[in-house]
Amino acid sequence: MNQKEHFRKFVYQTAFDSRTSRLNQLKAVHRWKDYLVADAYEDVALEYFAMRNSTGVFDLCPMTKHKISGPDALDYLNRLLTRDVSKLKPARVSYCVWCDDDGQVIDDGTVFHMREGEYMLCSQERQLDWLSISALGFDVTIEEVTHDIAALAVQGPTSCAILRDMGLANIEKLKPFGITWFDFEGSELMVSRTGFTGDLGYEVWIEPAKAEALWDALFAAGRIRGIRAIGTHALEMTRIEAGFIQAGVDFLPADSAVRHGRTRSPFELGLSWLVDFKKPNFTGRQALLAEKERGSRFNLVKLDIEGNKPAKDAYIYNGKNKVVGTVTSAMWSPTAKANIALASLHAPWGKPGDDLYAEIYYQRELKWNRVKARATVVEGVFFDPERRKVTPARDY
Amino acid sequence: MTSNNVIIVGGGHNGLVCAAYLAGAGHKVTVLEAASQVGGAAVTREFAPGFRVSACAHLLFMLNPEIYRDLGLEQQGFELAANDLETVSLSSTGGHLFLSGSEARGGDLGPEDVARLKKFNARMLKFAGVLRKVYTGRPPRLTSQWSELKTLGKLGLAIRGMGRDDMREFLRIAGINIYDILQEQFDSEMLKGAMAWDAVLGGHLGPRSNNSMLNYLHRLTGEVNGKRGALASVKGGMGGVTQALAKAAAAAGAQIRTSAVVSRILVENGVVTGVELENGEKLSASRVVSSADPRTTFIDLVGLRHLEAGVALQVRNIRSRGSVAKLHLALDALPKFTGLDPQALGGRILISPSMVELEQAFDFSKYGEMSESPMMEITLPTVHDPELAPGGKHVLSALVQYAPYELKQGWENGRAELLQRTMAVLERYAPGVGASVLHSEILSPADIEREFRIAGGHWHHGEFALDQFMMTRPFYGSAQYATPLPGLYLCGAGSHPGGGVMGCAGRNAAAEIIARGGAA
Ligand SMILES: Cc1cc2nc3c(=O)[nH]c(=O)nc-3n(C[C@H](O)[C@H](O)[C@H](O)COP(=O)(O)OP(=O)(O)OC[C@H]3O[C@@H](n4cnc5c(N)ncnc54)[C@H](O)[C@@H]3O)c2cc1C
Repeated sequence: MNQKEHFRKFVYQTAFDSRTSRLNQLKAVHRWKDYLVADAYEDVALEYFAMRNSTGVFDLCPMTKHKISGPDALDYLNRLLTRDVSKLKPARVSYCVWCDDDGQVIDDGTVFHMREGEYMLCSQERQLDWLSISALGFDVTIEEVTHDIAALAVQGPTSCAILRDMGLANIEKLKPFGITWFDFEGSELMVSRTGFTGDLGYEVWIEPAKAEALWDALFAAGRIRGIRAIGTHALEMTRIEAGFIQAGVDFLPADSAVRHGRTRSPFELGLSWLVDFKKPNFTGRQALLAEKERGSRFNLVKLDIEGNKPAKDAYIYNGKNKVVGTVTSAMWSPTAKANIALASLHAPWGKPGDDLYAEIYYQRELKWNRVKARATVVEGVFFDPERRKVTPARDY
Repeated sequence: MTSNNVIIVGGGHNGLVCAAYLAGAGHKVTVLEAASQVGGAAVTREFAPGFRVSACAHLLFMLNPEIYRDLGLEQQGFELAANDLETVSLSSTGGHLFLSGSEARGGDLGPEDVARLKKFNARMLKFAGVLRKVYTGRPPRLTSQWSELKTLGKLGLAIRGMGRDDMREFLRIAGINIYDILQEQFDSEMLKGAMAWDAVLGGHLGPRSNNSMLNYLHRLTGEVNGKRGALASVKGGMGGVTQALAKAAAAAGAQIRTSAVVSRILVENGVVTGVELENGEKLSASRVVSSADPRTTFIDLVGLRHLEAGVALQVRNIRSRGSVAKLHLALDALPKFTGLDPQALGGRILISPSMVELEQAFDFSKYGEMSESPMMEITLPTVHDPELAPGGKHVLSALVQYAPYELKQGWENGRAELLQRTMAVLERYAPGVGASVLHSEILSPADIEREFRIAGGHWHHGEFALDQFMMTRPFYGSAQYATPLPGLYLCGAGSHPGGGVMGCAGRNAAAEIIARGGAA
């Protein structure tokens, strides 16, 4: 990051701004770290359905990106992340979390093993401070490249066909969580089969100077396949359907928490599969081992709630009318045709079959109503289409 | 590998104390000392043919009496050359000030100050007594566990037990600077200058820095032969202490190896399994106890990658930049300080004429420069112990402040200049001393770091300050001698209760290991 004067500017426009601002009819934006991003361009429903039925394109530039390289890159990542990174082959991506010494999640993200020994870590929150602290004692180079890489999420059933039509030969052969590279007008275009929507989809990465050209090529190729720019509101819907958690929403990043007890461990976020105790040392290991013995305080669960009133911010009660937790994310899912939610419940609540209720407040023409709707713990994912995993990816 | 197999890295006085107690409790103990003799910073060595000197620490005033008794140091050959040394604070005009505990005379002293000093000293000894109560046990953790709260309660009770006025005064002054306190209490600039010396010696601080009062009280926790605040000189130099300790440890069954440089503390699957020596030899042990300073231990010997990131950060943040240099002179004859009776040469001679001059000397070190006119604490050990030098000749040993570890020009370039500035100051007070110098040596903090393997060459193995005190010494989570790395313990001055030839850290660490029983 060589932008030393960044503080003089309140917000930045992303590398795709000339394209996104033209499409943004609502002029609805918000700030994601240093950048402005669109809430919605035209209509949230249209954007949502584009992602589920054709293709939605989301401007991913503000996502925090760090390149990690050097002789100790792997050892470094293995100490930073709770999962075993040595299993991550070149040209592969994996989902990951990292914790503080108390075993509380700082952020989740994706780690890209690009070429042998060269990694990229992507996250919602800024991480340079923690990554630098974690680098003490390692021969590793950490570059903050958020501003140096322009990225788009291209998500939806027709995404593969669009990329192929744009000229990315054999893109259909890329497996989920795989990475591949193409030449794009003399620049390197990296494509990974990853995303935040739980559907067939890709993320494309290029130098900012080529961002506009990439956008134009993509939208030209996608016109007949229903391509549409989408904002964070629609993306939010798809990620809840996919059951993905979000920092600041479903958990509080440990490094920003002030109050004791407000943070969550990976176990408390349903991410025990990301914690590998076979590794001799990683940050949070001792605390997590102790937690495993002692038991966790919370369970993050997926709920299917009776009725169709989104259980936003609802308290969850048990059968004895005692509050046992709160909803962190909720929506009516048009695709799953269900009233779904993610909720953080006090242990031991959250087992399948538990007798639970959501207290939902909603308004009808300025009149407030309250319902207590039965909530059923769901195992598995609300929405998990086969096309997400099939390789070669098909045309739709 | 047996479960009660313990390796102690470093044979400084704390390592030896720890070894003696552990071996006494039936542990199989091996002490590995890098130098060719044990002692660490409490050691006697030759610095010129036939001239021997306490190469680092030179006065004894903190050695814990229980350790002295438990380990039978007297039977092991320990002997004082002189006790109850008087302090002479030099005046450039010859009107020197004499100070011994609560008694003072000479200099610019008025009768009021003489009376005030008695009261002040009694009160300070009382306050230091509060610290003493917690120095002989492990510091608490900040949890709600009863056993931990008990220790905190002990401190609270000790403070409360002094009565309302003293409690208030203790809480008022313990964290602040000595300059303000002495300004409140005394008129004599010379007296204040001499007293402030004890508050800044060994740290990166001046009289006006906070924590100077804490350092002052820390010093006063000591006693010699039952007399609080007394200063003593050891027969044969400070090595006399550690030679006796080594004998006590060996008698208890500890094995002591010198010239054994530990290059790595071995970690396997997140657990300490032993050490590797510079010559490649590997020794296994279920517990490794390091008396090396915490930065050396964690950064150089363990490697920060074996710690969790938050712990690594705490290690990195330990402040450990020494400010004291050590001057050794081989003299043809005793120096003649202007206006000083040769009788006084057996005492501790200070060049710290006022708090202002002391503070000014410190100012330089804030910016990585050595003092223009360094302040000094001088002893002439051969006055009491002629065997340290060839017949009729003498040794001068002096602590010189301020010589910042991080000297802008680097110590390879700065050493000669420091020697010259120091000699210039000495010459001012003892004209002609330069002419009787047969050989000289000055150790900068960088030299101390190299010779004694102490990061930053720091007196306390890490600044002695409220943020590195008790449960945060050397940092929170390692303050109870056990570290976050299973099997690794600390037992040196970097741990509670800090530096000085005292032995408490070594003894407390041993108690902790013994209390934890066989398993690591
Ligand atoms: C210049 C100076 C003057 C001082 N003057 C006085 C004084 O007059 N009176 C007083 O009471 N205190 C004085 N002190 C403070 C006192 O000397 C120390 O606080 C005390 O000696 C520390 O003892 P220790 O056993 O904890 O550590 P040390 O004495 O430092 O012992 C640690 C030992 O570990 C060894 N070691 C380190 N690394 C390795 C390795 N890798 N392998 C094997 N061995 C290793 C070292 O060689 C050393 O022997 C002075 C300190 C300094 C720096």
